[in-house]
Amino acid sequence: MENIDKLLEMVGLMFEGAGLTLEIFFTTLVFTLPLGLLVALIRLSKFRPLSFLMEVYIWLMRGTPLMLQLLFIYYALPIVADIRLPDFSAAIIAFVLNYAAYFAEIFRGGIQSIERGQYEAAKTLGMTYVQTMRRIVLPQVIKRVLAPVSNETITLVKDTSLVYVLAMNDLLRTARTIVQREFDMTPFLVAAVFYLVMTLVLTKVFKKLEQHYAVYDE
Amino acid sequence: MEMIKAVGIRKSFKDVEVLKGIDLTVNKGEVIAIIGTSGSGKSTFLRCLNRLEVITGGSVTIEGEQLAGEENGRVVYASEAEARRICSKMGMVFQQFNLFPHMTVMENLIEAPMIVKKMKREEILPIAENLLAKVGLSAKADSYPSQLSGGQKQRVAIARALAMSPDIMLFDEPTSALDPELTVEVLKTIRDLAKEKMTMVIVTHEMAFAREVANRVLFVDGGRVVEEGCPEEIFGNPKQERTRAFLNNML
Ligand SMILES: Nc1ncnc2c1ncn2[C@@H]1O[C@H](COP(=O)(O)OP(=O)(O)OP(=O)(O)O)[C@@H](O)[C@H]1O
Ligand SMILES: [Mg+2]
Repeated sequence: MENIDKLLEMVGLMFEGAGLTLEIFFTTLVFTLPLGLLVALIRLSKFRPLSFLMEVYIWLMRGTPLMLQLLFIYYALPIVADIRLPDFSAAIIAFVLNYAAYFAEIFRGGIQSIERGQYEAAKTLGMTYVQTMRRIVLPQVIKRVLAPVSNETITLVKDTSLVYVLAMNDLLRTARTIVQREFDMTPFLVAAVFYLVMTLVLTKVFKKLEQHYAVYDE
Repeated sequence: MEMIKAVGIRKSFKDVEVLKGIDLTVNKGEVIAIIGTSGSGKSTFLRCLNRLEVITGGSVTIEGEQLAGEENGRVVYASEAEARRICSKMGMVFQQFNLFPHMTVMENLIEAPMIVKKMKREEILPIAENLLAKVGLSAKADSYPSQLSGGQKQRVAIARALAMSPDIMLFDEPTSALDPELTVEVLKTIRDLAKEKMTMVIVTHEMAFAREVANRVLFVDGGRVVEEGCPEEIFGNPKQERTRAFLNNML
């Protein structure tokens, strides 16, 4: 009887951990994709100061470890700027800022790969810059960046486990806690399976998207 | 009515002056052919008319409205919105077609009317269907550009430009990217437009076509109009040595 209670408690904890992992993953994704696009567009703008600022931002985010960024926002920000954030917010901000830089570079490459003739055709048809981006350029960019975006997204699934440094009980930290208490390796196995399933689902989703965009060739 | 009035058009890329003062007035219903050697500035001139290139001197007036003009020696353009409105009177067809690859043929045609002119789908669909029929591509409405031959692509591009019901059509070497047997169908489409009295400026290497369809021919060399006249004069009895040399080379 006692064993069953224990098992149920363990399963419950693992579920909570998985929930937090998913929450971090989806929240980050929802904010980081549009932010990445915005950064890419500013980076490509002809207004040099802002473009340069984005260049510096991307350099900082890609040039330092994500874990350092997490720690900085959580521990250093309260001291340096007197900003104290709840665990979850701190983690999300760090992930969003970091991943937006990577997505920005992917989007920038995609946007720059669209031929000048597309802009010119849109312009001679009377479209504004915004209409051209929204209707002509970005829909084509999506097809071209699908593969690298898929890669980054799958990396994000696993990077969420870095929140253990903030003592947040995500899936991996929960698993470790149980393993240390019970001397039973099963939770690690369960966690591995969970990450693998997540990755599998994402791979399938991106494959569907690729098929959707395969209706036209370039 | 003067559809296009370009006066003293100058254009420099960095320090290189590519257009050295070109004048062109196009009246309603006229077909102008621009011929000349490679690199002489034909495309650049055409692109100056609809602000794909920003002129460095001179003025452009479309249907009586000034797109760009000189004030105190500096070129001033109409505001972005004004310029867009003025240029929307001109449709353009490119050598490389520039169709939107992610849209079907029909979507290519109705996109700008819906987005720019805010026309309803039901309004523009019959118009677009007529245009496709006119260029002989009704059967391809649901194909993607990648599924078309070069000649078909170019006819779609013409139909797409026409869907915005422009008063003027600009063509930049519409058949240069095509195999010879495919140019015929594109030239026929342009010929049909000429019959309907569409005002057109056509940059072309097709001398026979220029001779047949144009009311006036401009021979451009080194960023200047060297000779200008009706096709009979230019092709039959060119006055300038350079024109003669060019035409002899083309034969
Ligand atoms: N964006 C640009 N930047 C710099 N130089 C340019 C640019 N576009 C055109 N040129 C130069 O301007 C000159 C005229 O080019 P243009 O394309 O107008 O010639 P063209 O008469 O259309 O030639 P072709 O028959 O080969 O199409 C060329 O010397 C070309 O190298
Ligand atoms: Mg050219």
